[in-house]
Amino acid sequence: MEKIINLTLKVWRQNGSKAKGRFETYKVNNVSTDSSFLEMMDMLNEQLVSEDKVPVAFDHDCREGICGTCSLYINGRPHGPDDDVTTCQLHMRKFTDGQTITIEPWRSTAFPVIYDLMVDRRAFDKIISAGGYVSVNTGGVPDANAIPIAKADADESMDSASCIGCGACVAACKNGSAMLFVSAKVSQLAMLPQGRIEASRRAKAMVAKMDELGFGNCTNTGACEVECPKNISLSNIARLNREFLYAKFQD
Amino acid sequence: MSNLLTASIGRKLLMSVSGLFLILFLFVHLILNSFLLLDGCMGFETGQLFNAGVHFMGTNPLIKIIEPTLALGFVVHIVYSLILTVQNMKARGPQAYASGKKTTGVEWASLNMLPLGIAILAFLIVHIFNFYMKMKGYIAWEGGEVEFPFFGSMATGENAYALVNETFKSLPLVLLYVVGSVALAFHLAHGFWSSFQTIGWNNPIWMPRLRVISNVVAIILGGGFTVIALAQHLFF
Ligand code: HEM
Ligand code: SF4
Ligand code: FES
Repeated sequence: MEKIINLTLKVWRQNGSKAKGRFETYKVNNVSTDSSFLEMMDMLNEQLVSEDKVPVAFDHDCREGICGTCSLYINGRPHGPDDDVTTCQLHMRKFTDGQTITIEPWRSTAFPVIYDLMVDRRAFDKIISAGGYVSVNTGGVPDANAIPIAKADADESMDSASCIGCGACVAACKNGSAMLFVSAKVSQLAMLPQGRIEASRRAKAMVAKMDELGFGNCTNTGACEVECPKNISLSNIARLNREFLYAKFQD
Repeated sequence: MSNLLTASIGRKLLMSVSGLFLILFLFVHLILNSFLLLDGCMGFETGQLFNAGVHFMGTNPLIKIIEPTLALGFVVHIVYSLILTVQNMKARGPQAYASGKKTTGVEWASLNMLPLGIAILAFLIVHIFNFYMKMKGYIAWEGGEVEFPFFGSMATGENAYALVNETFKSLPLVLLYVVGSVALAFHLAHGFWSSFQTIGWNNPIWMPRLRVISNVVAIILGGGFTVIALAQHLFF
């Protein structure tokens, strides 16, 4: 049932990447528990604009959990207190009247803050450009039916492909490691015949880029898997390790 | 193979392989230690089994290779644990989350591998002074020569059993051994399955199995050393 709640927000504000950040406290009243977290943030920003203040910058795009643009570290957890959802899918019914909500940007050296709650996640794009694709060579297009793929492989590949590149895994990790993201991208292609051909090269290139960009070394704590809105499995990391070590021992 | 060890996964491979090697060593060590308790039920006089075991370990030519390999295993594991930890702290960045970390379902041990490792290391140093340095003759001690059965005949050697038995008379020391063993158990409850994950030997089916095996390994090793120290103190 819809309820109306009043909230106190502690929001990280930072005027640009070089500026020193700080927390600002705001009151937002009359929030419907049926609204989404980002709608509540919109209410905050309308309030700030009406007071002639600078609105809070935060990332969002699709608002339906498919693009991976929204972020926010809310009350101790990436994407907030609900499981398996992105921040845009988070409902205000997860909060109570009078509650204080602390909202921070992803914290990781490889994801520097751009402004307020926005962080620069281009490091992920760079990892993808390093090898997270299947090269398309010119020539005849093979008939899709001509390449049989086992159901189990197709399912696992699809599960890995559901990674939306949001970066919650990095934000949750005590080591600032991007292994869950990279392993999902490597796995999704390595399990299909089209992607299999370049699997070794891909694993080496993406891991090299990941290391170069300053992500940490995975120690298998599993915090990433818990916080991933898409339930990407930790066993993808084992597969990445396998692909990578195999490729290196081949050299 | 080129530049494998400069890659994150390569460094983790060294952690994993060195860790597994140390676990293997600990199993051998535990079997030898269990001799401390088994004289009675095997029909030997007190101390004979253990003294024979120590004699075997001390005189076996293979030990000349195994000992430096073991030391190397420790050095690699410790050096790389420090390198990895420093890199990970840098990757995480200096800014902590003001609202803390409320992610549930993360193993406590997995978040505290370095402190647990340091506890093991502190214990290890005391342990080396207690026994290794004495048995190898770097520190003088009075054990006396004893006779024990050795591969069908009798042999004589130093009374290592007496040294152990004497040492475990001290309650604070026994407690230190218990703390060291418990730290080891937690280190391995995460470390064992993690090392298989690191070498890539894991999948959705094996994940829960490996976690169970990991706990079993942790209980056998951590519990085994604890029981032996306590039993020596209380009953021998
Ligand atoms: C007999 C003693 C020890 C054994 C059997 C052991 C075993 C292991 C194993 C199996 C792992 C998992 C490796 C992986 O995840 O791939 C591990 C991780 C770790 N060990 Fe040890 N260890 C021992 C002593 C130490 C000591 C003395 C230190 C440090 C001073 C230490 C620090 C660490 C750290 C920080 C990790 C986590 C690093 C990572 O997962 O990458 N360990 N250990
Ligand atoms: S693995 Fe999960 S948490 Fe990490 S980027 Fe992909 S969807 Fe986000
Ligand atoms: S805004 Fe697209 S996933 Fe949240």
